[in-house]
Amino acid sequence: MDDFFAARSQMALSLGFHIIFACIGMVMPFFMAVAHYKWLRTGNEVYRNVTKAWSKGVAIFFATGAVSGTVLSFELGLLWPTFMEHAGPIFGMPFSLEGTAFFIEAIALGFFLYGWNRFNPWFHWFTGVVVGISGLVSGILVVAANAWMNSPAGFDYVNGQYLNIDPIKAMFNDAWFTQALHMSIAAFVATGFAVAGIHALMILKGRHVAFHSKAFRIAAAFGTVAAILQPVSGDLSAKDIAQRQPAKLAAMEAHFHTEEKAALIIGGIPDVKAKKVNYAIKIPGGLSFLAHGDINAEVTGLDKIPEQDQPPVAVTHYAFQVMVGLGMIMMLIALLYFLALWKKKSWLRSKWLLRLFIIATPMGFIAVEAGWTVTEVGRQPWIINGIMRTADAVTPMPGIVYSFYIFTAVYLSLSFIVAFLLYRQIKMVDRLYDHSSEQPEAI
Amino acid sequence: MLYVVITYLWAAILLYLLLGGADFGAGIIEFFTSRRNRGRTRRTMYQAIGPVWEANHMWLIITIVILFVGFPKIYATMSVYLHIPLTAMLLGIIARGTAFVFRHYDAVKDDMQKLYNRIFIYSSVITPLFLGIIAASTVSGQVDLQAKDFLSAYIFSWLNGFSLAVGLFTVCICGFLAAVFIIGETDNAEDRLFFTRKAKWMIVSAVLCGVLVFAASYIENIPLVDWVFGKPAGMLAIAAASLSLPFLWYGLTRGKAIIIRLLAGFQVCMILFAATYRHFPNIVLLKGGGHLSLIEHQGQEKTIEALAWALLIGSIFILPALFYLMYSFEKKKPQEA
Repeated sequence: MDDFFAARSQMALSLGFHIIFACIGMVMPFFMAVAHYKWLRTGNEVYRNVTKAWSKGVAIFFATGAVSGTVLSFELGLLWPTFMEHAGPIFGMPFSLEGTAFFIEAIALGFFLYGWNRFNPWFHWFTGVVVGISGLVSGILVVAANAWMNSPAGFDYVNGQYLNIDPIKAMFNDAWFTQALHMSIAAFVATGFAVAGIHALMILKGRHVAFHSKAFRIAAAFGTVAAILQPVSGDLSAKDIAQRQPAKLAAMEAHFHTEEKAALIIGGIPDVKAKKVNYAIKIPGGLSFLAHGDINAEVTGLDKIPEQDQPPVAVTHYAFQVMVGLGMIMMLIALLYFLALWKKKSWLRSKWLLRLFIIATPMGFIAVEAGWTVTEVGRQPWIINGIMRTADAVTPMPGIVYSFYIFTAVYLSLSFIVAFLLYRQIKMVDRLYDHSSEQPEAI
Repeated sequence: MLYVVITYLWAAILLYLLLGGADFGAGIIEFFTSRRNRGRTRRTMYQAIGPVWEANHMWLIITIVILFVGFPKIYATMSVYLHIPLTAMLLGIIARGTAFVFRHYDAVKDDMQKLYNRIFIYSSVITPLFLGIIAASTVSGQVDLQAKDFLSAYIFSWLNGFSLAVGLFTVCICGFLAAVFIIGETDNAEDRLFFTRKAKWMIVSAVLCGVLVFAASYIENIPLVDWVFGKPAGMLAIAAASLSLPFLWYGLTRGKAIIIRLLAGFQVCMILFAATYRHFPNIVLLKGGGHLSLIEHQGQEKTIEALAWALLIGSIFILPALFYLMYSFEKKKPQEA
């Protein structure tokens, strides 16, 4: 493994790890706030217990998300100093605002976690809502910064110089809206399905059914609504990418030849040498329609992109297929769930519906990781699309490969410990939350 | 607007040292506490720093963001030449941030607690040690932009006696801040006495490490004496810090929680001032006499302006909320034990 590849791998690992924690830290507070609201309105203790149980999850995920986010803010410089030297002042605006949002989130979380029985109950509830909102805002801001790498704006690039910097224009670049929308909804889908799946498993096992059913309903409601909305935002993203980053779209779809009435390729194994895709399902005109809203439109293929500017096709293509495939499955589960709520109440008590949710537990997060792979690998070889190459941005320090090993070990152990902690939380539900009388502890 | 940004940068560093430092200190105190007393130390500290824990950490992020947005060349240079200590500090931050939360939120209290505790205390020492090393390395004149070999570019830039001494000094300062802070959080005389003793120990160690810092600077040819005592302002700052020391000692003996907190904060503020004002606006001193300056290496005007506004507007939201957070948990001590 050379240092450049090690740096990319370390960045990918750090981002991939952080994204999961950031999503949960961003979305769970909303679940919590709903349960909390229901408790305040109905006085039903089960809702309070659900709120408290979830708040511990939020605390664990927030802490892990916060430290992994801190690591990222350093890693940008540690691994890509040349990039940060030029990009920092241009795309730094969303980061400075994100600092504020994240700070508010940390403060609100302090109030929320330690504020039980200390404040007016509605103020306490409100601090929980603030945690969610500020988390969402900081997520949007960070994605806006990433969008700038895909769609650089707010400066003039003249002879290698970055002139006339306008940080506001850079923040509101062409990609920020579609990317932030797609990511925010994805966070709700992934977290909703993951949480719902865990509670579904507990219901199926017959443990603390009242507790887990209430928790399941809240998480499933968020997850399924988001899953149904997601294809719409995905379509917006695809059209946007077709405009701005034809190379990325071509890699996503393994679309080798520029043509009109381009077919949408589902699945398949791209053969980069022969420039074709084997074993794929092809829908004639589908790609032209998705990319440009017209089945006869011309879609740029990889043949129009100079070889040294082409992203890796196979990885991008597979990741895209995985993301879309899982998104579709979750959308179908969501539709079934709504049908059950609306017409077929008997389904709600059936085991197969719960099983579907259990199977879907990891799907959202796999889709999120795949989606980020599409975004980041699909941008290669550029770190700033069309301006700076990733290879030119990497740190001159040798031995990055050891840093990669260390961080891999750290992230693996952290993932293991967090999974272990969650397992213990769930195992202890009866002792900690699901008995009607006293609560054993304050926080 | 540049000066607004620089003020925020300095304030963020100071606040990280004070609040984040008190956080680190909590682990350092635990490190220097006999096994028998650790449980009690942990409980008192947890109540004191739990609610503000995540917020304390934010000052570091603010510092980093100000550096890479406003002074990208400085950020990039530090990231390259101080890669190793920065990574070490990061690993410390990851370890203690997660261990602290894990040990509290683990639903089962068993032997895992020992593991969390061990990680927490070791990383609490390592993190400020490297923070101090990094801070000292920026001014020790060993960062060599012309360096060709690995050792002089990436190792000797930070590995020297002066940096190590400052690292140790930072550890002592953090321990001292934590001890002083916790005295006000204790609810019985025995604990108060215990933490007072810790605070006194930390003061003595800090003074000793301070002497070590000056000795190391003499050996390494760093004009620290001139920086600190060369101009009246620095001398005044050090004089004020030193003069307040007896008051602090007296306050400790008498258990005046608020006064000793203010005095401790004041001293750290003065030390940071004395250490930085002489080479301002140069923030990184390079080998061979060059430097990276906050003024020469600032970002373009529009960037600085936008950053300043973001900081100003941000503080309108943050400061009252943060103040209220600290105030509420200070006033309303937990009713239930």
